[in-house]
Amino acid sequence: MTMPSHAAGAPPHGAPHVAAKAVDWSGSLRDAGFAAFVALLLTVPLVGLRTIDRPTGLGIEARPEEVVASVLLVFFGRLGLGLIGQGLALPVLFLALAAAAVGLAIPLPTQVLRLVLVAGGGIIALRAAFAVTTHRSKLTLAERDRKMDRVAAQVQHATKYIAPVAFIGAVLLPMTPLADRQLLDIGILLLTYIMLGWGLNIVVGLAGLLDLGYVAFYAVGAYSYALLAHYFGLSFWVCLPLAGLLAAFSGVLLGFPVLRLRGDYFAIVTLGFGEIVRIILVNWYQFTGGPNGISGIPRPSFFGLAEFSRTPAEGMAAFHELFGLEFSPLHRIVFMYYLILALALAVNLFTLRIRKLPLGRAWEALREDEIASASLGINRTNMKLAAFAIAAMFGGFAGSFFATRQGFISPESFTFIESAIILAIVVLGGMGSQAGVVVATLLVIGLPEAFRELADYRMLAFGMGMVVIMLWRPRGLLAHRDPTILLHGGKKPATGGAAR
Amino acid sequence: MSAVTSTAMTDDKPLLSVEHLTMRFGGLVANNDVSFVARAGEITALIGPNGAGKTTLFNCVTGFYTPTVGRLTLRHSDGKEFLLERMPGYRIAQQAGVARTFQNIRLFGGMSVLENLIVAQHNKLMRASGFAIAGLLGLPTYRAAENEALELAKYWLDRVKLTEFADWEAGNLPYGAQRRLEIARAMCTEPVLLCLDEPAAGLNPRESGDLAEILTFIRDARNPNGRQTGVLLIEHDMSVVMRISDHVVVLDYGRKISDGDPNSVKNDPAVIRAYLGEDEDADLPPEIAADLSVSAPAAQKGA
Repeated sequence: MTMPSHAAGAPPHGAPHVAAKAVDWSGSLRDAGFAAFVALLLTVPLVGLRTIDRPTGLGIEARPEEVVASVLLVFFGRLGLGLIGQGLALPVLFLALAAAAVGLAIPLPTQVLRLVLVAGGGIIALRAAFAVTTHRSKLTLAERDRKMDRVAAQVQHATKYIAPVAFIGAVLLPMTPLADRQLLDIGILLLTYIMLGWGLNIVVGLAGLLDLGYVAFYAVGAYSYALLAHYFGLSFWVCLPLAGLLAAFSGVLLGFPVLRLRGDYFAIVTLGFGEIVRIILVNWYQFTGGPNGISGIPRPSFFGLAEFSRTPAEGMAAFHELFGLEFSPLHRIVFMYYLILALALAVNLFTLRIRKLPLGRAWEALREDEIASASLGINRTNMKLAAFAIAAMFGGFAGSFFATRQGFISPESFTFIESAIILAIVVLGGMGSQAGVVVATLLVIGLPEAFRELADYRMLAFGMGMVVIMLWRPRGLLAHRDPTILLHGGKKPATGGAAR
Repeated sequence: MSAVTSTAMTDDKPLLSVEHLTMRFGGLVANNDVSFVARAGEITALIGPNGAGKTTLFNCVTGFYTPTVGRLTLRHSDGKEFLLERMPGYRIAQQAGVARTFQNIRLFGGMSVLENLIVAQHNKLMRASGFAIAGLLGLPTYRAAENEALELAKYWLDRVKLTEFADWEAGNLPYGAQRRLEIARAMCTEPVLLCLDEPAAGLNPRESGDLAEILTFIRDARNPNGRQTGVLLIEHDMSVVMRISDHVVVLDYGRKISDGDPNSVKNDPAVIRAYLGEDEDADLPPEIAADLSVSAPAAQKGA
């Protein structure tokens, strides 16, 4: 379906508005009407009909007022956009602000309608404000791209200052009164995904290998710890490096046959590998517990010195007694939080450093052009295997952390959708960008967590966000690459070539 | 490496000898029994009409293809010999010291100009960084090696007049500068044989003048241990070829039709015929007429 771009009277991009120009009301109305019609076609089946569970069976309930509301919103939104294009930005700005205010102030039948009204009004107001200040309705694609890249470059440079602040914030968070169980749990979840994102970034962002089965290594790590603890009673601190090693080994094992493939073929085989691992876990019932998973996975101790329970096992100290504290179940959560923070930071530091080393540069060269890399004597297979094994190792660490945090794992946790989410984080953030992974994790994992009360609509919002980002910034939010070595010091080249 | 054999050092042996090289792709014979030599300190030009098999020959020398028949021997000045047809592609660059550029430029477009030149020194730096371990720990040995690599990169940046663009993204450079950067990148691998695939394609006369200057510099320069670099060049721009080459090899339909210094090649009737087409009635020297009757079937096969 194509949105009508025949908005009559829309001035050519970049041309200043002529104040005296007549407003093409009928054209704008027709355009908005068409958009509303498309919205009607879409919303009738998607929003207008709702299945409900009746004692007699499944029934259908019509929701006409929701449909009317959404169609009206689309109509006025499109009309507003059309009018901004014709020089009526100022009135549209006021109307949009008024709409947003109405959405905030007046109670509406559903929460969603309100969200759409506020967000839609806000966006159109922003657009109108932009038109008012610059006398232009729209940027060309190239201009927008350049502008976004400049923003990304600025953010990249700002991370030099933001990152330490964020780090200190993350360290201090458990000590603030805000830190309750829920917040720390969300923090741990976010940090786990950030770590996975940073790990996958090595393969996807640096080496340019589209790995759709990253969750397999996460699973290998988790099951390594769970099984080693279950069968041999090994502690978390012994298993953590072992899990990393086993995951790295499985990465090499997969890598050898697969790395000669390129592009799509490579992606499909990694996808298959992810599924193979999951299916083995489901079907090897005697060993892995099959779909029932493994429960009672031991919690980590305080570096083997003390336990986080009120009554520790024989011969172990209790953490709260060791430090003379009041017992609190929160201690373990805080410890977990710091543990995953340290693990994630280790991955980040590794990546930041490896980028400046020949190994990292060879990865980036392979991403840019494999043939040219080979002509310079770079051993492609070894380089890719290294990328694969290292990323798998970090996935394995994250997996064994996941196992010990949950205390229970089953193959359910390692489905393809997990791989897709981690990949989405990397791609949305901007391939190869460390800060981008953090921002994208906050968006992809954090926002749905924050808007839990919106239930299923958060997935709708998530999808919309993805579409918007793909339209506006197909290379990812913070896709800006800084050279790893500069000849002319820190100062930017006068012509701005590197920052284009 | 089994392909390395040590022989007594002899100065008169050529840097690269190509013997009876034949490359078939199914029924298509891209190179048919081609033999020639290239010497260090010389520019050997490989010319011929489109489809003559020049790039295929290049790909055989640089390890992108494995020839069907034939032997490719590369001799270092210290007497080491490498049988290129037996080595996998990346080892030819890594151990034998053959560097190449591409007909359609293949730079690392998203990386900066300087990074392109540092990546070219990958193997040296990888060893110095202890396969990333010493580098991760920040040991001084790696830092020294990186500074050395930077110096070499600076030297070549200066040579190809790209110093002011060092921090630019390579993909944003103008076309001519990209060509020069690709040569600089190949030279940063410190090769004994530099293979250039149409370096003057798409350059304006001033730029090809610059290019000729760079190539003659590469030919004449000696690296610290007194070694000279051999240059193997595919080129269509005859003004460049005739000006700078010491030795010209002409291919047509996969066969070598002429071999010698630029002047003798220029006046070789077989070459003229290959480039300008033949006049049925013109009487040809008998050896060329014989040559023609042999190459005619191959020509049909090649088409």
